This record gives sequence, C-alpha cells and structure tokens, in this order.
Amino acid sequence: MASHAKINSAEELKKTVDHHTALRAADDRVTLTVSAGTCGQARGSLDVIASLENAIQEKGLQEKVRVKVTGCHGFCEAEPNIIIQPQDLFYQHVTTKDAEAIIQETVLKDQAVETLLYKDPVNGQTASKESEIPFYTKQNRLVLGDNALIDPTDIREYFSIGGYLSLAKSLSDMTPEDVIETITASGLRGRGGAGFPTGKKWDFTRKSKGDVKYIICNADEGDPGAYMDRSLLEGNPHRMLEGMIIGGYAIGASEGYVYIREEYPLALKNITRAVEQAHEAGLLGENILGSGFSFNVKVYKGAGAFVCGEETALMQSIEGKVGVPRQRPPFPAVKGLWKKPTNINNVETWANVPLILDRGSDWYAQIGTESSKGTKIFSLVGKINNTGLVEVPMGITLREIIYDIGGGIPDGREFKAVQTGGPSGGCLPKEKLDLPIDYQSLMQAGSIMGSGGMIVMDDKTCMVDVAKYFLNFLRDESCGKCLSCREGTQRMWEIVRNITEGQGKEGDLVLLETLAHAVKDASMCGLGQTAANPVLSTLRYFNDEYLAHIKDKKCPAGVCKDLVEYFIIPDKCTGCMVCARVCPQDAITGEKQQVHILDQEKCIKCGACYEACKFDAILVE
Amino acid sequence: MIKMLINNLEVQAEEGYTILDTCKFYGLEIPTICHNDGLSNYGACRLCLVEIGEGTNTKMVSSCTYPAQEGLVVHTDTRRVLETRKMMIELMLSTAPGSKILQDMAAKMGVKQQRFELRNEECMYCGLCVRICAEQMDARAIGFQNRGYQRKISTPFDVKSKECRLCGACMYICPACQLRCQGPDAETAICSGCLDMDPTCVDVYDELQCWMYDAGECGTCIRKPSEVADDIEEPKEKNA
Amino acid sequence: MHNDPSEFEAIIERHSSEKQYLIPILQDIQSQFNYLPPVALATVSKQLDIPMIDIISVASFYNAFSLTPRGEHVVTVCMGTACHVRGGPKILEEFERRLKVPAGGTTENKQFTLETVACLGCCAIGPVVVVDGDYYAQQTIGKVESVLKKYASKEKNNGKPREN
Ligand SMILES: Cc1cc2nc3c(=O)[nH]c(=O)nc-3n(C[C@H](O)[C@H](O)[C@H](O)COP(=O)(O)O)c2cc1C
Ligand code: FES
Ligand code: FES
Repeated sequence: MASHAKINSAEELKKTVDHHTALRAADDRVTLTVSAGTCGQARGSLDVIASLENAIQEKGLQEKVRVKVTGCHGFCEAEPNIIIQPQDLFYQHVTTKDAEAIIQETVLKDQAVETLLYKDPVNGQTASKESEIPFYTKQNRLVLGDNALIDPTDIREYFSIGGYLSLAKSLSDMTPEDVIETITASGLRGRGGAGFPTGKKWDFTRKSKGDVKYIICNADEGDPGAYMDRSLLEGNPHRMLEGMIIGGYAIGASEGYVYIREEYPLALKNITRAVEQAHEAGLLGENILGSGFSFNVKVYKGAGAFVCGEETALMQSIEGKVGVPRQRPPFPAVKGLWKKPTNINNVETWANVPLILDRGSDWYAQIGTESSKGTKIFSLVGKINNTGLVEVPMGITLREIIYDIGGGIPDGREFKAVQTGGPSGGCLPKEKLDLPIDYQSLMQAGSIMGSGGMIVMDDKTCMVDVAKYFLNFLRDESCGKCLSCREGTQRMWEIVRNITEGQGKEGDLVLLETLAHAVKDASMCGLGQTAANPVLSTLRYFNDEYLAHIKDKKCPAGVCKDLVEYFIIPDKCTGCMVCARVCPQDAITGEKQQVHILDQEKCIKCGACYEACKFDAILVE
Repeated sequence: MIKMLINNLEVQAEEGYTILDTCKFYGLEIPTICHNDGLSNYGACRLCLVEIGEGTNTKMVSSCTYPAQEGLVVHTDTRRVLETRKMMIELMLSTAPGSKILQDMAAKMGVKQQRFELRNEECMYCGLCVRICAEQMDARAIGFQNRGYQRKISTPFDVKSKECRLCGACMYICPACQLRCQGPDAETAICSGCLDMDPTCVDVYDELQCWMYDAGECGTCIRKPSEVADDIEEPKEKNA
Repeated sequence: MHNDPSEFEAIIERHSSEKQYLIPILQDIQSQFNYLPPVALATVSKQLDIPMIDIISVASFYNAFSLTPRGEHVVTVCMGTACHVRGGPKILEEFERRLKVPAGGTTENKQFTLETVACLGCCAIGPVVVVDGDYYAQQTIGKVESVLKKYASKEKNNGKPREN
C-alpha cells in the first residue's frame, strides 16, 4: 500500500512528485492531524486516533474527514495535540472523550472547542491557531516543520511535499564535487556535537584512497535530555535517508549504515520501513534513477552504551565488538568501518542536506551567525513551561529560547541554570542568558552545543547534585579503558558524593578541579576529554553552592537528602491527612483537622508528603 | 622516513612508528605501564602522555598509541605533561598501592601524596595480562568484562577457564603482583621507602654487586656509573 | 532451563553465522529468552568461532544484555537529565521500596526486574517509566503503586507488590 513502484529516472521521479503534490492540493477533506510520536503515544494519542476514527465512522463522514497520523510536531507539552485543516485550529491535551465534540462542533459546524485551545501559562491568553502560539512564532522550522505535514510510514506522503527532488537534482545535474562544494559553501557544521564542517569532512573521505567507502548515520543520540534525532527519524525518516543517499553519491560510498539506539523502538521501525520503501521505489539499490550510482543502506540497532555515540566506538560496535573507541589518527575518513574510508554524520546533519541542495548554499548561509550557519533543533526540557523541540536560527539568545519560546519557569519559580550539551556540556547561569548561542560562544562559556539538549533548572535544583548526577552517569558509561576516564570519573564522583552527603572537606574543591583538568587532558576520546565539563562549569558558576554544602552542611535547593529535613508548617497544615496516608514510614501522625506531626527519626526523606500536600505545608530545608 | 620535532630536536621516524618508538630510538625516557614491546599497543594507563602541537593549540596524547606523523611537534616534558602524569600515578596507586613498580615510579616522579580513598584491588587495569594471554600464549582465557568503573579482568563466569594452561604469563607481566611493595604508610599510601633508604649495596649502580643487573634499576641506588664516573672511588654523601 | 543448543542455532543461522553479527545475534537471543543463557553463549562461541571470553566481554559491556534471567515484567525508570531534575530519582526509590530490590535487581518471585535507562527520548513528559514497552508519562511517587498493580494483578496471588 504505502510502497511505490520502481522509479527509473529523474524525469519519472519529478512526475511522481508532481502527481502526489497535485493530489495533496486537490484533497479538500477536513484533515485531523494527530501527532503520534513516542511522547504523543505515551500520552494516549493512539487512543485518541481510534476514538476519532470511531466518531467519524458513526457519523458516516469517511468521505469528508480523514485522520492523519504524523510524528512529533515538537510541542510535546501539548500532547496529544491535533491540527485541524482547513479550519486551522490547534487543540491540545486531547483525550478520547473529546472526539465527539471535535467532530460535532469543529468538523460539522466549523466551531472551535474552546476548552481544547491553547492557553498561555504566563498571561492566560488563548490561541486558536498554531501560528499564534508563542512557542512557534520565534521558531524557524526548516527541518522539523515537515513532521506535521506527512505520515512518516508512507513514501508517497514524502513525495507530496517534494521529497527526493534534491536527490534527483544531485544525480542528474551535479557532479559529486559540485555537491560537496554546495555543502561546503553552505557552512553546514555537524549537528552531533563537535560541529565539524560537513563539506570538509565529505571532501576528506571522497579524496581518501580506497575502492570501498562507507557512510554512517549516527542515530545513537545518547545525551540524556536530547531527542531531536528520535523525532526526525520517527516523523520524517525519508528526509534523513535522502540526505544520506546524496552524501553517498558525493563521497563515492557504496553502502550506508544507520546506527540507531535500541531505546527508540518507533524510530527504528520507521527508518527500517523507509529504507524498504526507498528500495522498492528504486531510490536505493542498483543504478539509482538510472544514474549509474548504486547505494544500499543497512539499519543497525545499538545495544545500549552511551560511548557508542562516539564515532570510532560506534564502528567497533557495528563490527560486532566491544564499544571501545579507537586511536585517531588514523581518522575514519582514512580508516573507518572495516578499515575502509568512512564518513559519519549525525541525523540532523543528514536531514539538512536535501534542504541545502534544494534552496542553495547562499540561501542557507544567510541564516545563523558568522561561524555557525542554519538552524539548530534544541530540546527544551526540565523546569520549563513549554517543553518540546524548538528549531531556531543559530545566534538566538538563551533568553529568547527560555522565556519567549519556552514561556519561562513553571510555578513562578526562579531560573537558575540551563544545561546544554549533555554529559559533555556544562551548566550556564542567569548571567549568561543573553548569550547568543552558536558553537563558539557556548564553548567559551564552558559548555558545548552537543546534540542540542537544553535542560532548564530552577531554584529547586541543586547544582552539586547535578554535577554528581553527570559523574555518576559518566563513570558508568565510560568504556573503562583509559585510566584517566575510568578512575578519574569514579574519583570525582566520590568527592562530589561526599560533599552532597555532608562529608565534604576543605581542599576537596581544589583536588576536584585538579583532577578534572587531568581527566580532560589525559583521556583519549571525547567522552573523557569532556567528562569534566559538568564539574568545571558548576565549580565556575556555582561555587557558593559547593561551599554551602561543605562549610555549612546545607543544601540551599533542598535536594541533597543528607543535608535536609522535612518539616510541617503548622500554619499551613489543614489536617487533611493526605501526607500521613502516603508516608511509607508512618512517620507522620495527626488527627483530622489537627496539625500533623512529622517524626524526624522515622523520616527517610522520600518526598512523598511534599508531593502529596496540596497546601504547601511541607517545608524542605 | 617521517620527520618530526621532539623537544625541539629534529628526529626521523620510520613508517609505522609511534611517538614512543621514536622517543625510545633517540634515548628519550618516557614512563610507561601498559606498554610492552612484545604486545600490541593499548593506551590505557595514560602515563606515557606527551604534548603535541604548537602555541596555544596543543593537546596531550598517549605516545604509545599515537602514530609518528610528518611535521608533528612533540614535547615530552612540559609542566602540563609532568603534572598530569603524576595524577595518573596517584590514581593508579589508589587501586594498587602494593605495586612496587608503581611505588618506585611515584617516588621518582615526586608524587608525595595519596588523596584518594584506597581500594586494594591490586590492579590498575592496564590489560597487560589480557594481551599476553591472547597475543603471546594464544589462550584467551581472561579478558575485560563490564565497563566504566565496574570494569574487571576475569575468566568467563569467574570460574576456572578451560583455556587456561596455568602458564603464569599473566602474573609474570603484571606490574602489580610481580614485585610487591612491603609497606606503604597507611596515612599517605605513598611509600617511596626504597628510594629514600640508604642503599643496601652501594649507592652507585654496580654491575658486579647489583642483583638486578640488566633487569633495570631496583631503585635502591640513586646514581648511575655514568653520572659518577670520576668520583667512583669516593662516593659522596647522599643528597648532598 | 534452556540447555538445548539447537534452540539457539536457528537464531545464529538467521544471521548467516557470521562473526560480525555477534551483537544482533545476542540481541535476538536476549529478546527471545529474556537473558543470555550460558548454553546460548557456548553455542554462539562454537558456531561463530569466537572465544568465549570475547563474547562475555561484549555481553557484559552493553546494557541490552543480561547474564541472569530477567523478571516477567521489566520496569524501566528513566534516569535522564530531564527526568532527574523533575524528580526521577524519587520515583526510582519508590519502586525500589515497593519491589524490595535495588535498581538492576529482580524480585524473588521473578515477577519484576527493575532497571534504569539514561533517557527514553520522551524528556518533555518526564519523569518517564516504561513497563514492558508501555510508557507512563509524568510519574509521581503516588502513581507508582497503581502502575505496579496493573502488572501484578495479571498474576494470581504470589508476589504482589507491597501494600500499604
Ligand atoms: C562520548 C560521545 C558520545 C557521542 N554521542 C553522539 C550521539 O549520540 N550522536 C551523534 O550524532 N554524535 C555523537 N557524538 C559525536 C560523534 O563522535 C561524531 O562526532 C558525530 O556523529 C559526527 O557527526 P556530525 O559531524 O554530523 O556532527 C558523540 C561523541 C562522543 C565523544
Ligand atoms: S604506556 Fe602509553 S598509555 Fe600506558
Ligand atoms: S530524560 Fe527521561 S526521557 Fe529523556
């Protein structure tokens, strides 16, 4: 059904695209577009889809209305959400119960269901259109935008928005060198972390000696808190694939691998299907579009190791070995997978390629800053009102992202820090909010762009705890070979753990910093070389908080268990008994409508009472 | 031939040489633990670090794995290198305080303190045993398991391996169990006793009396014949 | 338990008995048997001609594999950064208390295995918990019990999670 017969030439492809674009334009049915990526599904979007389809069936509207299932649109806070065309309405937090009303009111009477409209958490204003929601207005969704337009499981849907035309153009009108030149001129830099110029990398691999060459799509996305690659592969796998095929042509590779982490089952399914469909349509395989160029893609499932996102460890893993990074040089461009010249790029990097070839390098190069071109997708998560994926031009400030797009911090709390770049990155404080972000500026501030995770923290987040969190992550995820990385992260973790447990000593911070620099300097791969960043950046910007833990034995944010106690504020306690009921230790006693008492001896500081109390009567200090 | 600059000295290296090979060829001493000429290069102990590059654009690499390259600028003894090596020794000693080889190196490099909590694992995970077992004995009885801080060296399922022929090569090559240091001070866990002691034989390396003749220094004597060629009759006060 | 090498041979052959497919082979065995039985490893070692120790190295390196049998239901609590700042660790502790096993452990009755993961890519709706592939968004300490009950009740009576 969703497949397409073999397409034999660029001409034929153009006709196919025209045909499907025309079909799309001529379709005048009411379209209910439901986002159903993993996060949408977790919030029940599949049930919503089923109930919408039921309601349509009941009313006999199959001819007039259709439900379109797409991947994630990015506004995950509002999941499950629905876009309704031609009414141009945006509904958020839709449940199965709303299906009736949507069909009855919106589809049949063209009226909005008020309760489902977006309400601004800051000023309470409602917005009925997607384009009116502040979350979307400042974005420039060049890469992510198509997610909302297509059903990712059907290659014809991708054709209907001009899919694979860039490939046709490359194969029929351009030499491989032309393609590389275009990418180089666009200024595209790798979106996987280090920001290496993509055109230059392709050129190295193209010029490298060897008759067999490989390209790889790095979809390991190990940074906790970043999920743009998942969203792209779930919502628009053909676009990444098109980028890869173009890359294969430019570099002279015959085979490509998509290395995708196993924690992303839906993305794995969609990219695997996309590869099959591309094969059937003749966009992969022998003699693609009659150009003489042959290329195949294999999908490889990761087995759960953060370090396998590192390019050489990833290749080890594909070869069936332990994911221990290799010495570079020789670089993958010279000796990569199976010792052959190999080019590896991130999902988002590949997904930018068709766009650049379609609109030209000049157009692309005018977006962004001097050194960093184009847009970048960030995952805005943590203590932020509008969580989701945001795509913005490079050079935008943190403040714009966090306050204008993200809608600020929930519950009226105060912004404290934003963590970028995952375990290799750092935490930036309030003072850095006006930093225009690109590769350079973030590096100078002690963090990195990384894959684009942006975790917002408020005053209830302890920065020492955050440092401990990352060290704990790294000591486990280090491959364990380099002494500096294995033992260094373990020892840094021990020091920070002691501090959070109130065992910190004077001199700890000096030792921590010395050790951090040694780990950075002495380790072989990127994991160890950046493992100290979370520590160094928190030491740099939140030194006071470390000192509070060490000297005063206090955790100002109220997070570190050993340094806090739970209290009941008598004035606020209404005696509702909820806290007493949820306490697993029976540490809270009290009669109905009497102030409750918390027994410190029994308290294990699990936080259940704090979470359950509706009157803010529990104090953590 | 590859031309490079090591410590401002123009040197030549053969194709396939590492920086360490080149340094050794020119008689430059670089401390190593996980490297052994008969085994594959590994790069785990990070002791052989050298600094490459020029100006502000320098980085440290393990010389035992980094290939010699045309035009490379190498420094083997910058402050950054020496300080980082000291930290590596301190880290290694924190899990293998009983290793005499490590204790002697620590003393020689001026490591004075042990700031980490000791874990007497008697192993610094250099992987020499794993490599000798696989590469020289062709047995593959032991190997690395797990990752990160849980990394360990063992046989499959931690029981006696069918492949093991009890050849003892792993113990022979182990820098932690080959020679045992008798007594690091519990307080600091840096012993350096042997080096601070008055020599038990002579304070000058002596081919006739030294029981470790040809095997390298035992660490008891502080000067080599070449250094004291003239006053060999009249040994000076130590540390004078 | 699984002591018959032929059970595994089919899986190995599906991957044309090639060394490079060691990881996919182990993944298939893991997903079919819920762990890597020793006999499976021995069979793989023989068929692919890879020393046993190398297989153990791989199997113990990656999170996907377990060398001991997992429980019937696998509870995975996200320990990613986004979930962490929203209280993920407290959710994990509650699971640990209720199941009476530490993270990584399996309950005595083999009903539940409690695992952690570094991020599930659903960071916007954290803290996230996944049980047997079903996602649970925005978890709280209070919701833990009901999540567990859903799965425990499928069993007759033994091994109910702790009731308060
Ligand atoms: C520890 C570590 C983890 C990494 N994880 C990822 C990852 O999950 N995804 C990714 O695309 N790149 C990751 N990288 C970067 C890759 O090594 C590589 O630079 C990147 O895939 C190159 O693609 P690009 O040029 O398109 O950015 C990681 C690097 C390190 C050191
Ligand atoms: S000797 Fe080079 S890293 Fe160990
Ligand atoms: S941090 Fe929990 S899903 Fe990403």
